Amino acid sequence: MAEMTASGQTPDVLFWVGCAGSFDDRAKRITKAIARILHASETSFAVLGQEESCTGDPAKRAGNEFLYQMQAAQNIATLNGYGIKRIITGCPHCFNTLKNEYPELGGTYEVLHHTQFIRELIETGKLRMSGDTPFKGRRITFHDPCYLGRSNGEYLAPREVIAKLDAELLEMRRCKQNAMCCGAGGAQMFKEAESGDREVNHARTDQALETQPEVIATGCPFCNTMMTDGVKNAEQESNVIVKDIAELIAEAADLLDATTT
Amino acid sequence: MISQLLFLLLLSTGIFFFARRIGVIRRNIKSGRAWDGSDRTSERWATMARVALGQGKMTTRPVAGVMHILIYAGFVIINIEILEILIDGLFGTHRVFAFLGPVYDFLIASFEWLAAGVILACVVFFVRRNGMAIARLASNDLKGWPSLDANIILVVEVLLMFAFLSMNAADAIAQSRGLEHYVTAGSFPVSSWLMPLYSGLSDAGVVAVERGMWWFHIAGVLAFLVYVPYSKHFHIILAFPNTYYSNLNPSGQMDNMAAVKKEVDLMMDPNADPFAAAPPSDEPPAPFGVKDAPDLTWKQLLEAYTCTECGRCTSECPANHTGKLLSPRKIMMSTRDRIEEIGQQREANGGKWEPDGKTLLGNWITEEELWACTSCQACVEACPINISPMGIILDMRRSLIMEDSKSPESITSMFNNIENNGAPWAFPAGSRGDWTQEV
Repeated sequence: MAEMTASGQTPDVLFWVGCAGSFDDRAKRITKAIARILHASETSFAVLGQEESCTGDPAKRAGNEFLYQMQAAQNIATLNGYGIKRIITGCPHCFNTLKNEYPELGGTYEVLHHTQFIRELIETGKLRMSGDTPFKGRRITFHDPCYLGRSNGEYLAPREVIAKLDAELLEMRRCKQNAMCCGAGGAQMFKEAESGDREVNHARTDQALETQPEVIATGCPFCNTMMTDGVKNAEQESNVIVKDIAELIAEAADLLDATTT
Repeated sequence: MISQLLFLLLLSTGIFFFARRIGVIRRNIKSGRAWDGSDRTSERWATMARVALGQGKMTTRPVAGVMHILIYAGFVIINIEILEILIDGLFGTHRVFAFLGPVYDFLIASFEWLAAGVILACVVFFVRRNGMAIARLASNDLKGWPSLDANIILVVEVLLMFAFLSMNAADAIAQSRGLEHYVTAGSFPVSSWLMPLYSGLSDAGVVAVERGMWWFHIAGVLAFLVYVPYSKHFHIILAFPNTYYSNLNPSGQMDNMAAVKKEVDLMMDPNADPFAAAPPSDEPPAPFGVKDAPDLTWKQLLEAYTCTECGRCTSECPANHTGKLLSPRKIMMSTRDRIEEIGQQREANGGKWEPDGKTLLGNWITEEELWACTSCQACVEACPINISPMGIILDMRRSLIMEDSKSPESITSMFNNIENNGAPWAFPAGSRGDWTQEV
């Protein structure tokens, strides 16, 4: 972003990568898939790089409002400094915080989850699926992220994008409004679970496996970690893969040769 | 004349105790912190109409939902009959609306069908509660009084409906025998099944049953009126204001604490005097987050009084589902127990409450429960009357962190990492853009 501004350019959208997408090895692959889609669709975009900082979501939900508001103030100063209008995020937690909680603190932007943006790219013809996608007829189930679904009522965008893969979409017993959490939200990702009968992600993965999927599709890097672990725990990793919708699309779309950012 | 006076006495006693209890609950709710629900009025009315009046969220569980709608419709519509009973009781008339003719016949017939529906639903509910292993109804949350409370409500409702139908049956027999006062009026499709019970009685016996059931029914209704605000059953009234004051923001949006914003703004303001004394104030500064029931907003206390302990929240909760201690329903029940206790102490102490060394967080709700929450909002979504147990949980975490600095070690490291590296993990901030080199 700094480089673009220095050369007098203004990107159409800012890609807010998020901490998981920046540092976690598995989530970085999702980030790269989103970047490839953005390149292939010739979207004019930028990332903040080192100027991006945690939105404060896990701190806020763990009760540390001070830390959250310090993070918010810093990020809003950065975003407003660059005159950012439109943001896409690779993480529903960043999405929810930027979209719903920053406006009151002085940061108002149009914020899209990456599945919403991908849907827009497909609808406007900027992104095309190959005639025969590698997922044609494959069994895919989608795990709704709490902060995309229940929080923000977005159940359609990820499903409409999956529909473009020509795959067979299988719904879990608990889906959409009633979807069960993967167990990572509310800062759980960063601590051991309280004692109980079992792990939340194992229970949720069982629900996903009931649909006998070949692919469990996710829209959140934390859900991705949790479901991947759940599949391993159920010893199903040779039969079922866990992938973000962005990765599925990147594999299925006619992507131009995008090599560098 | 004597019976009219007796009726007036009974009625005013019932209303007096009901009103007194409402006053207590009102004071308890208003002892909470400020919360502004004066905005978006048309959206609020629409939400109330859909969720409370229209029972919009009930049928996500079809059996309980349909049965509940039967009782709800019965309760609301049969209450038209109460109006006639009140007039008859006060003025010594009998079936004062009989002049409506066929309309009256239709009304009485529909009340009877609804009464039959209510009895059916109450029996089904009673069996579900006591004879089937439905997890949310057999849960430890309900041990003791809550479970007894639920059964009392069901039994009383069946008794009241039975009295109503018996009264009609005896009345119909009296009508057919042409007894004095018993005008021919009404249509009795359901109570006619009960007639064989009473048709062998003498004229005096039939009148005794009719009068007895009439008095038992209205006395029961008034006793129930007094009972309801002490019970989980109070949702029949509070569901309306509670849904009116529903959270209309996205369910995952947490409020930005204004007190914290002030501090952060000061820190960020280069012109602020770091040594300036705080402006003088008589009020002690409000604590951050929620430690005890009066730290909650009045809306959250209203939610606690509205909760009818159905447990849909708990049965959807991923933490509870996997055997953790957290039960969102118990959060609401504990909150109500605590604010009730504080209310009683305040009353005993002439209107002023002296802290009693106990707090909601600590004595009723444990840290272990709070830390099990994934903030997934399943409890909020599941509640048929838009209560948010999650809001109370997260507000209590604020107290744990910002007042007591108590957090699991790994959460403390997460805070430190965000503070130092701008990420919840211990990666150097400088490497945030490194993935771009790997594309």
